[in-house]
Amino acid sequence: MNGLKVSELSFSYGTKPALENVSLEVPAGRFCALLGPNGAGKSTLFALLTRLLSSPGGRIQIAGHDLTKTPGAALSKLGIVFQQPTLDLDLSVRQNLSYFAALHGIAGRDATRRIDAALDKLAMLERATEKARNLNGGHRRRAEIARALIHDPAVLLLDEPTVGLDAAARASITGHVHQLSKEGTTVLWATHLTDEVGRDDQLVILHQARVLAQGRCEEVCGDAPLADRFLTLTAQPR
Amino acid sequence: MNRYATSLLAIVKREALRFIHQRERFIAALVRPLVWLLVFAAGFRAALGLSIIPPYQTYITYETYIVPGLCGMILLFNGMQSSLSLVYDREMGSMKLLLTSPLPRWWLLFSKLVGSTAISVLQVYAFLAIAAVFGVSMPVPGYLAVLPALIVGGIMLGALGLLLSSFISQLENFAGVMNFVIFPMFFLSSALYPLWKMAESSQLLYTICALNPFTHAVELIRFALYLDFNGSALIWTVLAATVFTCAALWGYKPSRTSEGRKP
Repeated sequence: MNGLKVSELSFSYGTKPALENVSLEVPAGRFCALLGPNGAGKSTLFALLTRLLSSPGGRIQIAGHDLTKTPGAALSKLGIVFQQPTLDLDLSVRQNLSYFAALHGIAGRDATRRIDAALDKLAMLERATEKARNLNGGHRRRAEIARALIHDPAVLLLDEPTVGLDAAARASITGHVHQLSKEGTTVLWATHLTDEVGRDDQLVILHQARVLAQGRCEEVCGDAPLADRFLTLTAQPR
Repeated sequence: MNRYATSLLAIVKREALRFIHQRERFIAALVRPLVWLLVFAAGFRAALGLSIIPPYQTYITYETYIVPGLCGMILLFNGMQSSLSLVYDREMGSMKLLLTSPLPRWWLLFSKLVGSTAISVLQVYAFLAIAAVFGVSMPVPGYLAVLPALIVGGIMLGALGLLLSSFISQLENFAGVMNFVIFPMFFLSSALYPLWKMAESSQLLYTICALNPFTHAVELIRFALYLDFNGSALIWTVLAATVFTCAALWGYKPSRTSEGRKP
């Protein structure tokens, strides 16, 4: 199993529930949009998926590896693009990527080859020597996505990666990541913007700590536009 | 090279690059002890009479006495500076990158500790060189013998910084660290005055100073600079380093972050 599987996951900050009994499955090579308004629990789910937080209940499997039992194996299969920018602005793009590669135990010629391939995939190779500080928002995000691909992850998580970007940069990044899923990477893309989700994408709607609907976008929406369906679902009181 | 060594080298290199990019930090780290050595010590040398105490074989000037304490001060401030960097990293998100590496978390945090200690030790040597230029020098082999003592002391104080960073949730809270950690640790130690002087004025303060792990780190450095070995100081410092490191690793456990705060 090369995809992502979350079973009966719950989490709370003190007494405030952030996730309640969340289960979802993204088959290998699928693009899944995790759609939810602000405060729905998307970032908490990402923190649990990346082991920044842990929950005593529930189970997370990444490419077949249980995150609690074998965290090293599971995390080595995971590529992550955080909502917050995490590039070191004083370092060049290549230095940033080399640092990340080393955190995965990749160094030397192997690292150079992988970094070049990842940057090339995101059309960022010619900017490798530029300082991250000098890149615009869209290019910084592409550098971060390239960084997340260095170790050939089976599953790629992106937490609202288009926040703060203009329309062209958003379209470009959304397109790049859809292409990655077509090439076999399993993608979980958290967003609150319905226009980033294609009709053929898999969809999970999260609201007030619970999964309200999941399936293929077309199946969840029927004939209605996603934006309308999303507003209807999240307007209903729990 | 295996992946553990690869990640260690990368983390140390990043700490070094960050230090190079922050020239003001390097200058501040040097100026602070030099002000103490060249101004404070000059003013106090007449007020404080020092008897011959180990490891010294003869009467020494006050400037000579406080050099090991100032080496400790550099390690202490740098340990706290790295703690501040860690809190900053967490607020800025780059800490997430480190903590989501597939390598064990204890190894990643230990690598951070090694990186910050390496920077501290380099700063101490820069300070010792400048102090020697101003005529406050140690026996030449002492400069080499002090290296292990600086490493142990640096790891102990870096681990304390790591521990604090796991509990400080925001940068704004950092001022409290200055008031409640750095100053008491520094002043309630043998860095500026020998403990017997403190015992003369207050037995309670003497006891606190004697229990302060920073006192033992300073004494370890002092003895090593004079090619002497202080076993109890070593044991105390290693013990404190172990306790601080274990507590910091516990503080960074994923399950602990569940207790009410966002990552």
